[in-house]
Amino acid sequence: MSRELVSANHAAGWAVILAGRANRRGRGFGSGVYPITPQTECIELLCAHEIEKGQVVRVESEHSAMGVCIGFSTAGLRSFTASSSNGLAYMTENVFAAGYSRLPIVMMAVNRTVGPPWNIWADHGDTLALRDAGWIQFYCEDNQEVGDTTLLAFRLAEDKRVMLPAMVCQDAFILSHTMTPTEIPEQEAVDRFLPPLDLPHRIGAHPRVIGHLDMPHETEAHRAQHAEAMTSVEAVYSEIQESFESHFGRRPPDPIVPYRMEDAEIVLVTMGTTAATARRAVDAAREKGIRAGALRVRLFRPFPAAAIERALRGRRVGVVDRDCSPGSGGILWSEVCSAAPSATLIQNYMIGVGGGDIRPHHITRILDDLGARERAGTPVFMEIG
Amino acid sequence: MAEPLLGGMAQTAADRSEPILRCGNTNCGGCGMSIVHQFLGRAAGDRPVQLVIPTCCAIVAAGPFPWSSYGAPVVATTFASGASVATALAWAAKLNGEKTRVICFAGDGGTFDIGMATVSGAAERNEDILYLCYDNEIYGNTGGQRSSATPRGAATTTTPTGNELAKKDIVGIMAAHRIPYVATVSLAHPDDALRKMRDALDMEGFRFLHVLSPCPTGWKSEPGDGVELIRLAVKSGLYPIYEVFGGRRFVINVEPEMTPGALENYHAKQGRFRKAGIDLSRVREAIADEWDYLRARAAQGAARNA
Repeated sequence: MSRELVSANHAAGWAVILAGRANRRGRGFGSGVYPITPQTECIELLCAHEIEKGQVVRVESEHSAMGVCIGFSTAGLRSFTASSSNGLAYMTENVFAAGYSRLPIVMMAVNRTVGPPWNIWADHGDTLALRDAGWIQFYCEDNQEVGDTTLLAFRLAEDKRVMLPAMVCQDAFILSHTMTPTEIPEQEAVDRFLPPLDLPHRIGAHPRVIGHLDMPHETEAHRAQHAEAMTSVEAVYSEIQESFESHFGRRPPDPIVPYRMEDAEIVLVTMGTTAATARRAVDAAREKGIRAGALRVRLFRPFPAAAIERALRGRRVGVVDRDCSPGSGGILWSEVCSAAPSATLIQNYMIGVGGGDIRPHHITRILDDLGARERAGTPVFMEIG
Repeated sequence: MAEPLLGGMAQTAADRSEPILRCGNTNCGGCGMSIVHQFLGRAAGDRPVQLVIPTCCAIVAAGPFPWSSYGAPVVATTFASGASVATALAWAAKLNGEKTRVICFAGDGGTFDIGMATVSGAAERNEDILYLCYDNEIYGNTGGQRSSATPRGAATTTTPTGNELAKKDIVGIMAAHRIPYVATVSLAHPDDALRKMRDALDMEGFRFLHVLSPCPTGWKSEPGDGVELIRLAVKSGLYPIYEVFGGRRFVINVEPEMTPGALENYHAKQGRFRKAGIDLSRVREAIADEWDYLRARAAQGAARNA
């Protein structure tokens, strides 16, 4: 284990290099890569390091990057790519194909505003648009979490009870380009933590078709199996948290991460780096005697509805979205509404859309607004840029 | 080149023990793609192969889950992803020391149109793939719409009065990538076709075979006329049979007889050309122009080798 000063892009990149090398005992590692800001540093790192029994293909588009990952994974190799924003939008068809083919590909996605207008800054709308693609989705808060989640995502995705691709999301520039001291594991420890991939449906020499026509009654069954696999994710993740801690000495965060929630009357629900800002604002509110708390949603797919329902009982809730679904509101908000106890006051605040810098005083404004409310209104769009 | 009789493509000892496309598949009678699969099975013999098939009639031919009409492992991909998925399968075989030959089997829509960037990318990287495009000159799977492989004058459901644009020169495009091997394949010339398929299976790097593939439903032709139509296309010079090595050395494999009436017959036997009132003198000019170009390139290649 070494402590390095790295960006979240490199934290993810190192995790992939180590995970890729770990599958030298299996069928190897393969990746298709294509650059897009702010993800590029991650694939540059991958391209600069030898991976025994591995191949990184520098393709001509994101669509083909995922196509190559689909091919590698179908052939039973561990596979990874990274993308962002319009790159994810261009890749979308194959993101769905990977999901519904139950291929345990891991993708690091840097959350960036989808253009136009052209904007490279943080916004969760790019990956949230892929929530129905059949992938597991994590949203991370710091560089260590990005690296650790990328590593454990392979184990989670490749678990026979799960067998689903996983997306590890992080905020553009706030994490992707910010260097912090980060623990990078040793290869031997990763080898012990991550068993070789054994894909049950891999293509070999036997005549069969992977991904062919499916009649409605078969597709129903396949979709139901997919949904069921998603429901097993939280239990398997819990085992992996234990195992990760025993191998690396730190415990990856839970699917939802509470802060000062014990006696909180008003609670802010966030994702990604907004959580750190929310904690500062909660502390400030507590000093003024306001019983505030915060809840970060780290696992978005599967959505930890039961845990969220328990956590929000009896609270007044503000959902802070760094995204906007025009015609509805915040995407996290609509998900939280579906999970929260009935009659809960839930107000939506869309803030930092398009990458505006969310500061503690903005969150304090939200807490003040929420504290004064008798009932929830329509989603509030806060302009802070 | 003497034109052998087809003599049927019944199973022989030289063929693959299990056909690539088995009996009982759902292809239309007279489908050229079915014949391509018969040729490919004979050419491949018992080499281990994996097929990558992007969206096209060839994947519909597999039938629905859990059955497969294919006697070989197949990965079905999204429409534009044949060459990218095949890229990975070829690397996977190499990394694991497997002798599997990866064949990307795609139609003209997945090759000339939506898959063009993917095919170009894989060719430019010289991936170890045999890419076979069976070209029926329309989007057959969706009921016969124009593609950029549709020839001038052909009526399709999206060009009901006849296509006004010329067919894209896919062989020229692929040769310009300077890949090891590009060839056109005639279903009416089995010796030449099988030789090319065998050579292409043995070579390394990106190999591209273009097969003009009759489609009775789209061409509005008799199912039994398919091979005869290809013969007429070759005889008339409309479909030149040649190969290109390394993007530079052009070799003409079948000298067109330029038989009187061949071009007329080719067009007369297909309903798709009737509506437009096609001007065959214009087609003849285009054929002459193409052959001038091909002969000049072939002569350059011969001179360099002399």
